[in-house]
This record gives sequence, structure tokens and C-alpha cells, in this order.
Amino acid sequence: MTTLAPRVPSRFLPVLATVALFVLAFGVGSARYDGFASGQVIANLFIDNAFLIVLAAGMTFVILSGGIDLSVGSVVALSTMVTASGLQAGWPVPLVVVAVLLIGSTLGLLMGLVIHKFDIQPFIVTLAGMFLARGLCFVISVESVSIKDRTFRDVATAAIELPGGVTITYNVVIALLVVAAAMYVLHRTRFGRTVYAVGGSESSALLMGLPTTRVKVGVYVISGLCSSLAGLLFSLYMLSGYGLHAVGMELDAIAAVVIGGTLLAGGVGYVLGGLAGVLVLGTIQTLISFQGTLSSWWTKIVIGVLLLVFIAVQRTMVRR
Amino acid sequence: MTPPLNEPPPPVVEMRGISLAFPGVKALQDVDFRLFPGEVHALMGENGAGKSTLIKTLTGVHRPDGGQVVLGGDEVAFSSPGEAQHAGISTVYQEVNLCANLTVAENILLGREPRRFGGIDFPAMRKRAGEVLARIGVHIDPGSSLGEHPIAVQQLVAIARAIAVDCRVLVLDEPTSSLDAGEVAELFRIMRVLRDEGVAILFVSHFLDQVYEISDRMTVLRNGSLVGEHLTADVDRRTLIAQMIGRDLGALEAIEDAAEKRHPDGPVLLHASELGRRGAIDPFDLEIRAGEVVGLAGLLGSGRTELARLLFGADRADSGRLVVDGKPLRLRGPRSAIAAGIAFSSEDRKGEGLVADLSIRDNLVLAMQAARGWTRPLPRRTKDQLVEKYLKALDIRPANPDALVRTLSGGNQQKVLLARWLVTEPRLLILDEPTRGIDIGAKAQIQQLVTTLAAEGTAVLFISAELEEVVRISDRIVVLRDRRKIAELDGSVTGVDEVVELIAGGAAPEKVVS
Repeated sequence: MTTLAPRVPSRFLPVLATVALFVLAFGVGSARYDGFASGQVIANLFIDNAFLIVLAAGMTFVILSGGIDLSVGSVVALSTMVTASGLQAGWPVPLVVVAVLLIGSTLGLLMGLVIHKFDIQPFIVTLAGMFLARGLCFVISVESVSIKDRTFRDVATAAIELPGGVTITYNVVIALLVVAAAMYVLHRTRFGRTVYAVGGSESSALLMGLPTTRVKVGVYVISGLCSSLAGLLFSLYMLSGYGLHAVGMELDAIAAVVIGGTLLAGGVGYVLGGLAGVLVLGTIQTLISFQGTLSSWWTKIVIGVLLLVFIAVQRTMVRR
Repeated sequence: MTPPLNEPPPPVVEMRGISLAFPGVKALQDVDFRLFPGEVHALMGENGAGKSTLIKTLTGVHRPDGGQVVLGGDEVAFSSPGEAQHAGISTVYQEVNLCANLTVAENILLGREPRRFGGIDFPAMRKRAGEVLARIGVHIDPGSSLGEHPIAVQQLVAIARAIAVDCRVLVLDEPTSSLDAGEVAELFRIMRVLRDEGVAILFVSHFLDQVYEISDRMTVLRNGSLVGEHLTADVDRRTLIAQMIGRDLGALEAIEDAAEKRHPDGPVLLHASELGRRGAIDPFDLEIRAGEVVGLAGLLGSGRTELARLLFGADRADSGRLVVDGKPLRLRGPRSAIAAGIAFSSEDRKGEGLVADLSIRDNLVLAMQAARGWTRPLPRRTKDQLVEKYLKALDIRPANPDALVRTLSGGNQQKVLLARWLVTEPRLLILDEPTRGIDIGAKAQIQQLVTTLAAEGTAVLFISAELEEVVRISDRIVVLRDRRKIAELDGSVTGVDEVVELIAGGAAPEKVVS
């Protein structure tokens, strides 16, 4: 990739801009607050946003193909609910994990099939999916269900020590593995390249004889799978299942992906961009908590401004 | 070089009795088609004759309702373009159907990339792509992104993709429409190389010169039916055109006669003196009489369109005066031009002319409604009468006022655009490239219409890149070169050669109409 950069810098420009933004935000924090520039603060960025990283990876597939998935936040909530109530009912952890991942992928598959077969905008179909998943949470229980399972709690609280005394959780490891897998699939497999082709021009991809159907449905399965995995990570993070978990998280995921330089129109972007986007969001949050006097809603305001700026930049790039 | 045509090998493609109906239209009726290895086969026909439909039936986009497709002796029924490609039928479409966001190498090999350890082997892919490009003599970096290259190169990349597989049949659907002469020559060179390698090439083009230059055999379609299959050498242009449009060429000649017989002596409608705009066109004088057809001849970029835009007020003149009906007119914009009875049909009919997502009816009444002002809507009855009148007068097909303009063929879109201006009954009609990209039949109809309008007293300023056309229908020809008016010729006595001479920079004396 680095060998390509000098030749086609414009391709990587948005991602680099996001990384620069992250460095800048972090630099500002380090300069202003004691203890900001520590390895643990960086590690905490990953720990606190592991689920969002996974969501953004799945969302990157969908957005690259030219679609959108609004259901991911609700699928996270549904996953926490299934996890918590499954464990409460005494299911073994592996069974819970498999069930959650199956539910998420199946929901994704159904939405993908509806989008493809009936040729309906992904926005509407996944909006319906969002309501469906959110509603299903409350079918299971309207109360918050806490997780008391020993194995699960052990995994959740286990700390992996890195050199320098920095600790991370298993969540971080899983999230980074997902990012690596997503990068491999997008850049090294035929499926991944077809995702880019479909996002670039669906009719061209079809006329080029590429399996567009498989890709268009497949990205929603991947997004569903990532959402349910993110839901598992969120359960580990919160140690509870609740129908009002992760409200609006789909928008955070979309924001992270877009801030990471992925074109909403599809065809252009990188998983690493989404990761950088999440880190930028996380850093802003950390900055505001270090400041201490600002309301956390300032995070939203900053995210809003950033989104506008990035979309405007994308516009001008597309026009060029 | 040319394969023996008398004793052809068995055809690689044989389509027998192909029929296909779309809702309300019989697109193909019992069409037979043969394609032999090592030949360039031209598929000829007007817009809407069924060429594209036949191609799409062959390449698996459409499935025929009846008939059979035999490929290399086996009957086949493709359900997707992918399957057809797999069987060795590759297609390059008029619009480049590739993904500009991917690299050249990926565009060539996507779907059949070399793989290593289960992942795509990018170095091997760039190497393969480079080899394919070299085979057709294109030297660009396979790792560069496709969008960086001009359309002509993208077109060649599309061909590279088509031949990257073991391709027995190569379908080129109007590949030359966006290429300049040098690029066309390059494409033909590549086509000859492939033909000599034994590839059967199916070629569609609106340009007869190109068809005669490159093709060995041709099949003519009209209205979804087969008219005939000939060796190119056996059929002259006249016969071919007659077969394509299904009527005598008399129509075309009548236009010429009419133009020759007329001596427009109506009052001077528009008089421009020293009108000009810096950077667009040098100051020029121009007089247009009622009932006169004035042709603008010149190369692309010679200032044809710029001149027309000045007269219409689309651009503001920065020097000179314009007199309409003996009264000086200051054009502040198209609205004042329209108010003075000037209409301008743009060369970019999709971008600047029609609203593609509105119906024929809505497009027709747009200009008229604008002239009346939005506060006085046209009554539905009036609209219907107008629409019916012009649908019939211009022979717009389908004759359905509610059809979306987007769905019409190029020729019919042009007619709708024309009709839209005719509705306002202009006294000066400026037509910028009204016949570009449309088929011969529609061309003849539009030329006929121009002549009729002139006979009824409308002044017409006619711009076309096709000199023959300009010379044929114009009473007077204004020649432009390098943004300057260089001559004015009498249309009835001027030949194409003379105009070419002038444009090319020969020192022909300036002749002014008496």
C-alpha cells in the first residue's frame, strides 16, 4: 500500500486525513492534560470502543457496496438481550455465542434478500430491520437483565498485560482480529473486490459478469454477523442485556466510517479508515471527559461538525 | 488479410428464429443471425431496429421468447452475462461499463484473478493485465486507477477485459461513438489483429464509413425483423441505407431539391453587426431573413456553438449590436431572446435540453409554459391538442404522451426537444447539432422538418458537424474557423469540397450572397 501512495495519493488522502486528525486531537489532549499521553489512554480508546470498531468494519462492507445498514444498533441490543437471558436460563456460553451470531447473520441475510429480491432501498429495509430487532428485545424482556455467569464475567474482566504495564481486554483482541479479517476479505478476495466493483458501478459489475447478487446480499450478512459479534462484545463490556442498549449506535458506526473517508456513494474506502474514525470519535470523548467541565453532548456537536466537513470534502473530491 | 468469404467455415454463432417481446413492443421477430470465426460482422439498422436487443439476447442479458442460439454447434441458453462470458462471448458496450474506482488490472481481470494461497495475487494480476494490454498494443500502467484515463483508453481497457478470457466472439456495441479519428484507427487496428487471430467480431456503428472500412459481412435489421445478410463488398451505401430505413432515398433528395429551388427573400429578421464576445467568438456580422436556412459550418471548437449562444443570450455579448425586426435588442438572457421569438435547441440534449424524467407531454409544454408565465397554467385540453399535433407532425415514437423522455431513443428525444421549441412558434430557430447520434431515418425527418419550417417562414440557424448535411439544407452557409467568421457562401451553388477547403485554411475568395 505504501508503494502505491506516492503514485495515487488521492486514494488514501481521506484515510490519511483521518489519521492526521486523530494524531492532532491526541496531541492537543497530551499538551493540555496531565496523564493524557499514556499508553493506557490509548488502550482505553480500544477497550471502550471495541464493539464500535467491529460495527464499523461490518458497516464498511455495506457502505462500500453502495448500501447502508441502519439495523446494527438494534441488533447489538438484541444480541445483549439474547446473551443475558440465555445465560440467565443456564445455557452454556458457547451455545449462547453461536445463537447470537446466527441470529445476527440471519437478520442480515433476510434484509439482504429483501433488498435484492424486491429492489427496495437499503435505507428502508434496514430501518424496518432496526424496528424489528429493537422490538424483539422487549419481547424477551422489558427489564434490564444482568449477566451473572461466571465464565462470561471472567472473560469480561480478564486483563491482558502488554509491555509497559498497559492492559487491554479480550474485546480489543477480537475487534482487531475482525479488522484484520475484514481487510483480508476486502482486499485479497474476489468477494471483496466485487464489493468495490458493485459500489463503483453496479450495472458495470453485472455486465462484467461478476456475482453481484451474492455480494449485495453478502454484505448484509457480514454486517449482521459483525453487529451480533459487537453485541457480544457490548455484553462483555456492560455485563447486562437491555432493550435500550446501543440506541443510536448505528449512527455512530456510520459516522465513524464516513469520517474514515469511505464514500457514502460506495466504491471508495478502507476498513482502516473506519478504525481511524472510531479512534477519532473516542479521542474526542476522552478529551471532553478530561476537560471535566463540558457536557458529554459536546461530543455529539463535534462529531456533527466533523461529519459535515468530511462529507463536504468527499463531495468536492467526487466532483473533481 | 481478409478471410476467404466464399467458403466460410461453419459459423461460431448461429441464432435461428429469435423472437422477443417487451411489454407493448415486439422487439425481435423471427430473426436469423450468423457469425463466422475470423470475420468482422456489422449489425446494421436504425435506432430501435433491434440491434441492441439482438446483442443482449446473444450475451445473456435478455432471454428470447422463441428461437435458438447455437454456439460452436451446441445450443445454449445463457441466463446472465457472466455465463455468456464463460462460454467465450465477450461484450464491450457503448458506455464504458467498467468500474472507475478500481485499477486497470482489476478491471481487466476481476472475476478471474490469479490467486495464491486463497487470496488474490496482485503482482501476478498486474503482470497478466500488462500482457493482455500489450497484446492490443496499449501501454499504460495496469496498477493505475481506471478513472485517471481518458474515455478512449477506458474503452480499450474494456476490450482488453473482453479478450483476457479465451474469447471466441467479441461484441462491440458502438465502441467508436466517443472516440476521435486517431482513436478509431487504433481500435480498428486492434480489431484486425483479433480477427486475424480467428475471433469473430460483431460490430455496431452508426458511421457508415467505419462500417465499410472494417466489416467483412453485414446483417441488416429493421423494426425487429431481419432484412438481409450481405458481404460488405457486395452492397453499396445506397442499397444499404434503403434497406435500413425501408424507404426510398427519394425523401433525402426531395429535401435537397426543395432547398435548391427556394430563394428566400423574406424580410430581414435578425441582423447582428460586430457582435462578439472575447474568448468565445470574434466580432461578426450576420443577417438572417425570414424563411431562410443559414448553416454554420466549422470544426468542433471553431465557435459554432458560441455564436449561437450569443444570439440566444445564453452568453452576453461584450461588443456589437443586435437588431431584430429593425429594432435594436439587448439580450439580457435567454428569456429576452425567447420573448423576441428566438429558440435555441442545445447540442447537449440530455444536459441542457430535455428533462429526462418527465413525460413527453410535460417536456413539450415546458417552454410554452415558461413563455406564458407560471401564473397562467395551460389548460389540459390545449396541452393535449398541442401534444397530439406535434407527436403526429414529427412522428415521435412511441406516440404516447405519457412515456418518459428517458425511455425514448436519441432520435425521438431530439424530436421532442424540437417540438418543445416549435410549440412556442419561434421566428428564429437555432438548432445546434440536431442530428448528432441519431439514425438516418430520423435525420431525414428532421432535415425535412427544417425545410418545411423554412418554407412556412421560420428562419433557421442550422449547426452541424456533418458538412454534407449543412450544405444540403442551407440556403446560405457561414463558415467559421478558429472562432472567426471567415466566409459566407451561397448554399445552392456550394459543394462540400469548397467548404472543406475553407475550413482547412485554403484561400478561397469570400463570396457573399447577392
